[in-house]
Amino acid sequence: MAPDIGPSAAGAAVEGRAGRPGRSAWRSLLRTRETSVLGALAVSVLAASLLVEGFATGRNGGFLVLDIACVALIALPMTLIVITGEIDLSVASTLGLTSAVMGQLWWVGVPLETIVPLCLLLGAVLGVVNGLLVTVAGLPSLAVTIGTMALYRGLAYVVLGDRAVADFPMSWTGGATSRLPGTDLPWVALLVAGLAVVFGVVLHATPFGRALYAIGSNEEAARFSGIGVPAAKLGLFTASGAVAALAGVFWTLQYGSARADNAFGLELSVVAAVLLGGVSIFGGRGALVGVLGGVLLLGTVRNALQLADVSADALNIVTGLLLVVSVVLPNTAARLRERRRAAAPPQGPPAPPP
Amino acid sequence: MLRTRIRYGVTAAAVAGVLLAATACGGTTRGDDEGAGGGGAAGEADPDAEIPEGLSIGFLPKQLNNPYFTYANAGGEEAAEELGGEYKEVGPSEASASSQVSYVNTLSQQGSDVIVIGANDPNAVCGALNQASQAGAAIVTYDSDTDPECRDVFVNQATAEDIAAVQVEMIAEQIGGEGEIAFLSATPNATNQNTWLELMEEELAAEEYSGIEVVDTVYGNDDDQKSFNEMQALLQSHPDLAGVVSPTTVGLAAAARYLSGSDFKGEVALTGLGTPNQMREFVDDGTVEEFALWNPRDMAYLAAYAGASLSAGRITGAEGETFEAGRLGEYTVGADGEVVLGPPTVFNADNIDDYDF
Repeated sequence: MAPDIGPSAAGAAVEGRAGRPGRSAWRSLLRTRETSVLGALAVSVLAASLLVEGFATGRNGGFLVLDIACVALIALPMTLIVITGEIDLSVASTLGLTSAVMGQLWWVGVPLETIVPLCLLLGAVLGVVNGLLVTVAGLPSLAVTIGTMALYRGLAYVVLGDRAVADFPMSWTGGATSRLPGTDLPWVALLVAGLAVVFGVVLHATPFGRALYAIGSNEEAARFSGIGVPAAKLGLFTASGAVAALAGVFWTLQYGSARADNAFGLELSVVAAVLLGGVSIFGGRGALVGVLGGVLLLGTVRNALQLADVSADALNIVTGLLLVVSVVLPNTAARLRERRRAAAPPQGPPAPPP
Repeated sequence: MLRTRIRYGVTAAAVAGVLLAATACGGTTRGDDEGAGGGGAAGEADPDAEIPEGLSIGFLPKQLNNPYFTYANAGGEEAAEELGGEYKEVGPSEASASSQVSYVNTLSQQGSDVIVIGANDPNAVCGALNQASQAGAAIVTYDSDTDPECRDVFVNQATAEDIAAVQVEMIAEQIGGEGEIAFLSATPNATNQNTWLELMEEELAAEEYSGIEVVDTVYGNDDDQKSFNEMQALLQSHPDLAGVVSPTTVGLAAAARYLSGSDFKGEVALTGLGTPNQMREFVDDGTVEEFALWNPRDMAYLAAYAGASLSAGRITGAEGETFEAGRLGEYTVGADGEVVLGPPTVFNADNIDDYDF
């Protein structure tokens, strides 16, 4: 139902018409942002394994996975949202509010088996609020979610104040970080992988997923071609809220501490990973595998540099540079390519504007 | 179409709610006691054990580039040098509850023998510390403790009793043993300050301080401007005030700033807890005679020695064990694995220039 306007596919089609189908398909694959992110990931893992003592062990791998688990979880729905040209900056506050509510409910004696689904429901409701403000009220998501970012964090402080609830049972807190039997891999890796498959299939292999690209490329055109834009967006914000709440539950158990300021500022790490993963902030392009690569790349670089005794400040500089380079390089490459193409006489029909 | 979807959503939520209510009976609740996990002291202490050369001692402050911890950790480095160990400081750039966890993991992965940590949250680092401990590291907390289960020894900078006592002594001496005094505290529900205020009142009830009367307690909310205004109001509403005690660094600095520019300078005594860098100009211009705080450098120095003694097996963190802490002398492990640095340091014109924090 939706027009196939994924960037790499379009690029490949154009080059294919130029006459060298096999080679250019490879070349366009090599050129995608996802490939460069995954390449950078492979290089950093290899370099860190060879150069940084203590990096290439299962134990450290387990630490790494636990460090990035929450960012990876939240990045999944965020990818879909950014592809539609929207953004959800309230995710970290949703996480914080969920954590605070979880703490308060536990404090008054509600069993955890009830708290967890309630928290997920709460997250979904918070997501619906974002979604309705964006779709029904027609407000820009940047403004809406900056507002709810402050609102949800504020509510978290109303619920829990500056207290911390930390007497969760060991079986749950230890369970959250426990490893799969016989390995160093925390079970949360399976949760992330499972959800990644779900979101990946929805995004890349269903009409709904293709519709998201259409919305992100040209919302007006998408609407006229019969795509239910508001329903799609509402669904995405709801999913984002629910997954942020899931991350909130996990975070609370992982650190064994429910606090209103949990995950303060995490939304920036998530957005950074999504952009590093090759998703365009203007919508319409990106792939989930790139985002997972981005999350892993940021986590690996951070972990390896910490092990190599690089200070926290230098670490922030490196992460920042990585992000800037990841935006600047493809831009420059695209501009160079365009110039080369303009210099050479066109061999086929002109490429459609991106 | 959107509306039908919303209706479906609401129905689904309601159904979920009912299901939840149904499952609410039974389950893991706060009342269930699982029994505390291990931790604490284990094994036998051997007071004569050698402290091995080349111990790696990792310091993990609440936050890097925090002047207080930068100054403190210089003491840790000094101790590590004396012990022939390897000093290292790592830490997050923001002081959040969870940000220290990956640094604990890093230190553990690097094979640190001793981890000295000032915890941002008493529980968030627990899991990581326990894992590090299992991997063979001695865990010492300083400045801010974790749950006692998660560390071997806590180096407490000063006990509440000592902090209260030193402030009462200072104000009594400065006002000549009699007169009206008032407290300028942080927030009305600040745990530390309230404990100290209570202990100071108890102390002042003693016979030797019978000439001193506490006439007011005001709160500056640890906000510079508010503390400044409260100090001003205090002096106007109590014309006979002889002295003010401010057991918070923000309050003391703001009060001193007001006092130094007012007619009450030299008339009304001011003391409390403050840092030498904030108070230097007011000691120099005679507004403040003496104030107190613990010496953070000694705190980190002691923490390094405690960690090395643990790692060598000289102590296990059990009550009553003693260990040697270089230039500070001998210390005894108290209840719950606490080692108290000692009475707070009093700063005045004679010694204030020896400190930089």
